[in-house]
This record gives sequence, structure tokens and C-alpha cells, in this order.
Amino acid sequence: MKKLFFLLSIFLLLLSTVFYAQEKTIQDKNGQNECLNCHKSDENLPDDFKSYDVHITAGLTCADCHGGDPTSDDEDIAMSKKNGFVGVPSRKDIPQFCGRCHSDFKFMKNYRPEVETDQVKQYYTSIHGIQLKKGDKNVAVCTSCHTAHSILPPKDPRSSVYALNVPATCNKCHGDKKLMDKYNLPSDIYKKYVNSVHGIDLLKNKDVTGAPACNDCHGNHGATPPGVSSIVNVCGTCHVNNYNYFKASKMGKDWEGDNDYHGCVTCHNNHDIKKPNDSFVGVGDDALCSDCHDKGDKGYEEAKKIHQELTNLSTLYDSAKVKLIKVKQLGMDDISIGFMLKDAHQAMIKARTTVHTFSSAKVAELTVPGIKIANNAIKKADEEISDYHTRRYGLGAATIAILILIIGLYLKLKGLNKPEA
Amino acid sequence: MSQTRRKFINTILGIGGLGSLGAILYPLVSYLIPPKITEAKVNSVKAGKADKFKDNSYKIIKFGREPVILIKTVNGNFKALSATCTHLQCIVQYRKDLKEIWCACHNGLYDLNGKNISGPPPRPLKQYDVKIVKDEIIITR
Amino acid sequence: MGNYFNKIDKWLSDRYELDALKELIMHKKVPVHRHSVWYYMGGVTLFLFTVQVLTGILLLLYYKPGENSSYESVRFIMTHVKFGWLIRSIHSWSANLMILFAFLHMFSVFFSRAYEKPRELTWVTGFLSLAIALAFGFSGYLLPWNQLAFFATKVGTEIVGVVPIIGEPLKVILRGGEDVTGATLSRFFGIHVAVLPLVLTAFLVIHLLFVQKQGMHEPEKFKSLPEEKKKYIPFFPNFVLKDVLLWLVVFDVLLMLAVFLPWELGPKADPFTAAPAGIKPEWYFMFMFQSLKFLPAYILFLEGELVGVLGFGLAGLAWMLFPFIPFKNKPGAKISLQAAIGIFAVIYIIVLTILGYTL
Ligand code: HEM
Ligand code: FES
Repeated sequence: MKKLFFLLSIFLLLLSTVFYAQEKTIQDKNGQNECLNCHKSDENLPDDFKSYDVHITAGLTCADCHGGDPTSDDEDIAMSKKNGFVGVPSRKDIPQFCGRCHSDFKFMKNYRPEVETDQVKQYYTSIHGIQLKKGDKNVAVCTSCHTAHSILPPKDPRSSVYALNVPATCNKCHGDKKLMDKYNLPSDIYKKYVNSVHGIDLLKNKDVTGAPACNDCHGNHGATPPGVSSIVNVCGTCHVNNYNYFKASKMGKDWEGDNDYHGCVTCHNNHDIKKPNDSFVGVGDDALCSDCHDKGDKGYEEAKKIHQELTNLSTLYDSAKVKLIKVKQLGMDDISIGFMLKDAHQAMIKARTTVHTFSSAKVAELTVPGIKIANNAIKKADEEISDYHTRRYGLGAATIAILILIIGLYLKLKGLNKPEA
Repeated sequence: MSQTRRKFINTILGIGGLGSLGAILYPLVSYLIPPKITEAKVNSVKAGKADKFKDNSYKIIKFGREPVILIKTVNGNFKALSATCTHLQCIVQYRKDLKEIWCACHNGLYDLNGKNISGPPPRPLKQYDVKIVKDEIIITR
Repeated sequence: MGNYFNKIDKWLSDRYELDALKELIMHKKVPVHRHSVWYYMGGVTLFLFTVQVLTGILLLLYYKPGENSSYESVRFIMTHVKFGWLIRSIHSWSANLMILFAFLHMFSVFFSRAYEKPRELTWVTGFLSLAIALAFGFSGYLLPWNQLAFFATKVGTEIVGVVPIIGEPLKVILRGGEDVTGATLSRFFGIHVAVLPLVLTAFLVIHLLFVQKQGMHEPEKFKSLPEEKKKYIPFFPNFVLKDVLLWLVVFDVLLMLAVFLPWELGPKADPFTAAPAGIKPEWYFMFMFQSLKFLPAYILFLEGELVGVLGFGLAGLAWMLFPFIPFKNKPGAKISLQAAIGIFAVIYIIVLTILGYTL
């Protein structure tokens, strides 16, 4: 009897936990929050958003943004102005709507102390913000980029503002020809970007930490095209040496201020930046220098010389590389040659950057030693290759010895076959 | 068989035999003598004496076919990292003034853990392990 | 000189029964006829095997098996060790020549019908030796851990996997895991330097004992000659000296190959790159590899590759047991059934090998 009682109580205990658990989940979803009972199939609410949206996962509820009384299942009470119901903010009000919390440093500190709280301020300095203030309803507001209900932090690969997704997000509007035409803006930026060095590195090579997305040059909340005079600075944040060389050059100085030449962009373009090669500089068909410099002027000659220096080194470097592969293939010692080539390569890379001094003398300071190293590497490789082939002397000597032995044996055998005298 | 003929043949056999023996023994003995670099070490490399290495200085070490940068920090700790810049494969150096790793080619900067912190390098530098055994610096993968 | 030999001989004979041994060496006579050259093929194979053992031991002094050390140590042998390139090249070339001569030897024995009674077991041990020699080649190929070898091994072991039931586990055992990795390398190394030498030596000793005991096979034509017209030379010293003479020639050829066509090393294996185009097995596997390629994906309800592998398995078995298969030849036939089978085998191997390299 006692035993039975014991078992029964255990059973009941187990049963109650099961019920309790069920109760709890229901309460979490709906207990205090009647909103979703009606808004379940609201098209504004993406499937499953409850499982990942930052606000919901941080414990905020519908009412925390939209106001109203979520405990009531009576529409009139729940969504009454009296209870602070805001509903869907008008587009014009969205920045302030989000800013209620996001501009409140004290509030944000409770959740993400590392996040800045000046986004709204920044936003109103952007073209988007300025236009919005003017009553333009086409421009981007917070939700255009971040979405309304499936917001994720920018480091999350699923986020619409994750580096890899930024270009597509911007392109939602900036790729819309009809819309862009209204503002006299190009709508093919995305297409250009995708095939540029930056686009390929970001989107194809997934170089999230290295390659710039739209916002890395344009800013995000304060998005504006970089001003003509700031272009050099913007590129220069990553391309530091190029920036320094260019700034210090005569051309860099001449181009300062407002005129038709805009630093980096003038030669490299902005969104469709191609991987540069040595024929960019010089006077050939692909060369950019000859766009301005005509035969006979000093720049023309200088460009020609710079090109010559670069190609001298790079062709030599390439042939040294071919030799190195051959040496490796043969299984000869390639390690020291490999290191020499690394040095030559370094000289080449540096020389390419010094192009931005527009001085053939400065370029030659690097290419001349580089050429010397590459030549040494080729010489060493040739030595290894010929070493490989001139093991023949030893073979010759060995063959002679073996041949004598063979002849001796042969004579001996001939003797054996004859009956002994 | 005549005596002279027999002698002749034996002389030839002797010369040929000795010659062939030499042709085999010479390479054989040369092969057995240990070469100067006695092993194909590839998982570790010695980098000199630890106490001779000045604080806040660096050295490029050849690790097989890879350059490795060995740094002694201001605090006297050793750090070894791949010296090949992750941008365009230049060889990086240690900047005493910045206390950081610097690539001269495009001004790439890495911190002492190899993390790329500024400039074009897209990825961090790979770290190597450094051990000090009886004052000998040993870098291992 | 002779005096010293006699003294040593006497000293030994006083203590051990040397007569049986001497008899084994001395009693044999080697027939002299138009096809006598083929008697040297086995000897050359034996010589090349000793070259393998010796150069193999030398390589072991510096070789270090392992994913991170195999390739590097072979490169070290070739670049830093004096004459390392020579030892490695000889080992690689001699391996190939050994298999070539084993094939020549086998077919010469086959066409002279030397496998018939009483030499059936000589044939069987010989066949097994060849099989082991092939295993030597396959396992040794991987040891430098270069790109070509890596992928050839991948493909080669993959083929084992098609055998039903035992194939998959066999493949895993062979590879030391699901894939060709450093574990495979360790395994192949052990097989190559410990297991196979032991087994091959054992088989060869038996093989040679049989040959020595039974003497050389005499072809039909030679046997039917009148007794006084049959010419022989003594095995010792005449035949042995001739053997040595040929070995010297082969040795010099080996040296020339090593110097003029040294064995290349190629790039290190990288398991994460795509297989380079034109992965080919070693030439002596080519005819089988090519046959598998020609088979359709399905034959009846069986996978084509499976049919091929089983087919080669059965053919090999039949070939090994060839001396025990009773053949009934019509008395008037121009060519015996056995010879026809042999000719077919030779042509098949040659044609498919050529196709393998030209297609
Ligand atoms: C793998 C290495 C092999 C070695 C080192 C080897 C060695 C030899 C040697 C030294 C002889 C005596 C000389 C001669 O007849 O050439 C011999 C005879 C013989 N071998 Fe092999 N052999 C090998 C493989 C084979 C194979 C693959 C077969 C056949 C499947 C075979 C079948 C025979 C037969 C039947 C004889 C007796 C020939 C006669 O009496 O004329 N051997 N072997
Ligand atoms: S190669 Fe190092 S920064 Fe460009």
C-alpha cells in the first residue's frame, strides 16, 4: 500500500511537470501578448521572425515599439490611443520612431553598450535624411535597409546589412532604373561594382574583413557621395602608400581643390575599379597617362619610362618563376631561389605603388635592385638545371670501368668454352 | 689457354673489377656521409640564442620555404608569425616605433597576434609556436 | 688465390655437409639452343630485385614517412644528400625494369611451355612473385607523396572498392580510413619496406630452389635431338659468368637512365586541390586501367567496373593455375590452344597499354 502511494505520487509529480512545461510555453507566446492572436497572418510579419529578430530575442514585445495594451484581447482597448498605441509609423516618422530607443544612450546601454546612439543625427545629414525632411517619400529610412521585423545585427550573415549583403540591399533602390531616373542617378552601380576589384573580392572571395562594401566608402547612416576633395582621403584609408605618394606628387597638388580632376577616380573610376596592370601606366593603348599627356610633353616621356621600368622587372620576374617551377619539377634545390623570387616580387609590388609618385627615378630605385635579384635567381636556377644535366662525367667514368670488366669477363668466358690446353 | 693470355685476361678483370667497385663504392660512401644539413626538418626550425636577441627587435627566419617573422616584444616575449603579407605576399617587418607588424608595400598593419588592423591586408597572419629550450629559440608549426 | 679457396673449402667441408649445396649448384647444365637467351630473363629480374633491396635500404636512411615529411625528405635526398638523386633514380628505374623483365620472363617461360610437369609449382611461385612485384610498385609509388602519386593511389584504391561485400572494407583497410591520407602513407610505407620484401624473398627462395633442383626446361625441339647433338654449358661457372656479364650491362643501362632521365619529383600532394588532368597509373597497370575505362557503365545488371575487376581477378587466377588446366589439342592443329591463349594475352596487354597512352 505504501509502495503504491509512493509510485502514485511520483507519477503525479511527473504529470504536473509536463503540464507546467506546456503551460509555460503558451504563456511565453501569448500570455501577456494578445497582439499575435489577431496579427498572426499579417503579411508584414515574416515567417518565423520570432526566433531571430533582435528585438524579440532581446525580450521586447510588439507593444514596446507600437504601444497599446497587449494584455487585452479587445481590439478597441488594445489599440486605443489612450493606451499609447502608435501603430504603423508614417514613413516620415520612422527615424524618430526608431530613435526613441536608439538615440537614447541610457536605454541602449542596457542592451548593447557598444553601439553608437547618433544614427538618427547622422541620418539627417545624409542625402536620404535631407530628402526625407523635404517630404520625399522615396528615400531610404531605417527599415529600408534594416527591415522592420527581421532585424539582425550587422555581424550576422543572415542580416540584410551584413557586409556580403549590403550591395544587394542598397541595390534594391539604387538598381531601380525608374526610381533613379527621377533623380538623375545611375542605376547600374551594382553591376559595375560586382565586377570591380572590390566587388569580386567581397562577393566572390567572401573577403568580409578586407574588401569594402558600399558603406565602407559612403558611410552608412550618413550616406553621401564622398565630396570631390575627400575622395583621395577615402581611398587613402586603405591604400595608404598610394595616398601618400600621390599627395606628395606634383600632380596630386595640382589636382587639389575644385577642378575636373578628382584624385584616384580620374584614373581608376569609382564603382567599376578594375584590377590594375602595368599597361595602365605608359603610352600604350590601355594606358591612362596618354589620355592627357601627348607626345612631346614631359609627362608622356616619364610615363613611357615608368612603364619600361615596370615591364622590365615583371617580365624578368615571370621568366624566373617559370625557371623556378622547372627546378622544382626536377627535384633540385629550389628553396634559395624561392626566397630570391620573394624579394624580387616585393620590389615589383613596391615599384607598382611608387607609380603614384609619377617619377620614373623613384620607380627605378625599386625596379633596378629587383631586376638584379631576378637575374640572380635566374642564374641560380640555370645552375641547378644544368647541374641536373651534367652528372654525366661521373657516368662516363663508371661506364668505362664497367666496360673493361665486361670485356674481361667476355674473354674469360671464351677461354672457358675452349678445352683447356 | 696460354699463360700470357691468362695473365692478360686476369689483369683486365682486375682493372675492370677494381674500377667498377670504385664506381659503386664512391657514390655509396658519399651517400652515407651525413650532409651538412642533417635532416629534412620541416616542422621546426632553430632561430638562434634567446638571450642574444634584443628586446623590441625582429628577425626574418626561413622556415622551410616560408619566411617567418620572429619578434621579441618590449616585454621580452617571443612571437613568431608567417612573414608573408596576406595582401600581395610581400614580406612584413616589425616596426619598433609602432610596436606592430608593418608591410611596407601598401602600409598594411597587423598587431602582434597577427590580426590585420589597418590597410589592405584581408586576413590575419598565421601564428607559429615559439619554444625556448636551453636558451635556443625553436619555432614550430 | 686458388690455394686460399681450397683451404677455406676444406675448413668448411670439415665442419659442414657442403656436398648437397655444391651438388645443387654444380649439377645443373643449361641447354644451348636458339632460344637460350630467355634463360637469362629470370636472372636479370633477380639482379634487379637485389638492386631494389640495396638502394631501398639506402633510401631508408633519409626517408621519413609522413604527410609533412615524405615529400620534404625525398626532396632532401635529391638536393642535399650526395648522390641521393642517383640512389633514388636507380631505385625508381630498377623497379620498373624489374617488372618489365618479370613479364618478359613469364611470357618466355609460358611460350616455351616450361610450366608443364614437373615445374607447375615453379610457375605458381613465379606468378605470385610477379603479383608481389606489382604490389611493390603500387605501394612505392605513393611514398614520395607527390601530386601524381596521390591521385593515382586514390583512383587505384577506389577500384578495389567496387568488389561486392569485401571491396569497401578492403578499401578502407588499404587506405587506413575513408580517404587517401597520411594514414594511407604510413600503411603503404610499412607494406612496402617490411611486408613485401619478406614475402617476396620467401617466394623467390622457393622459386629458385625448385629451378635449381629440377634443372632447366628443354624445349621440344631440343629434346628430340640425338643425344650427341645436344649441347650444354655447365651452370657453374659458365652460365653464372654469362649472367653476371648481362647484369653488368643492365647495371650500366640503369646508371645511364638515372643520369639522363632522372626520376622527377613533381609538386607535393595537396589533397584539397582538384585532380590534375590525365591521372595515369604506372605503365604496368595501364592495360587493366584502360580496359575498365572501355567497359560500359552496366553489363546486364552488373556494374561495368565490377565485371572488369572480377574478370581480371578470374583471369589472373586461371593464369596462375594454367599448368593444372587440362587442354585437349587436336592432333593436326597448326597452333596449340595454349599458345593461342598466350598470344592473345600478349596482344591484349600491348594494345590496351598503347591505347591507354594514346587515347
Ligand atoms: C618476380 C621475380 C622473379 C624472379 C626474380 C624470378 C627468377 C627466376 C630465375 C633466376 C630463374 C632461373 C633462370 C630462368 O629460367 O630464367 C627462374 C625460372 C623460372 N621462373 Fe621465375 N622469377 C620471377 C618471376 C616469375 C614469374 C612471374 C613466373 C611465371 C608466372 C616465373 C616462372 C618461372 C619458371 C616456370 C621457371 C623455370 C624455367 C625453366 O626451367 O626454364 N618466374 N625464375
Ligand atoms: S602586400 Fe602587404 S599590404 Fe600589400
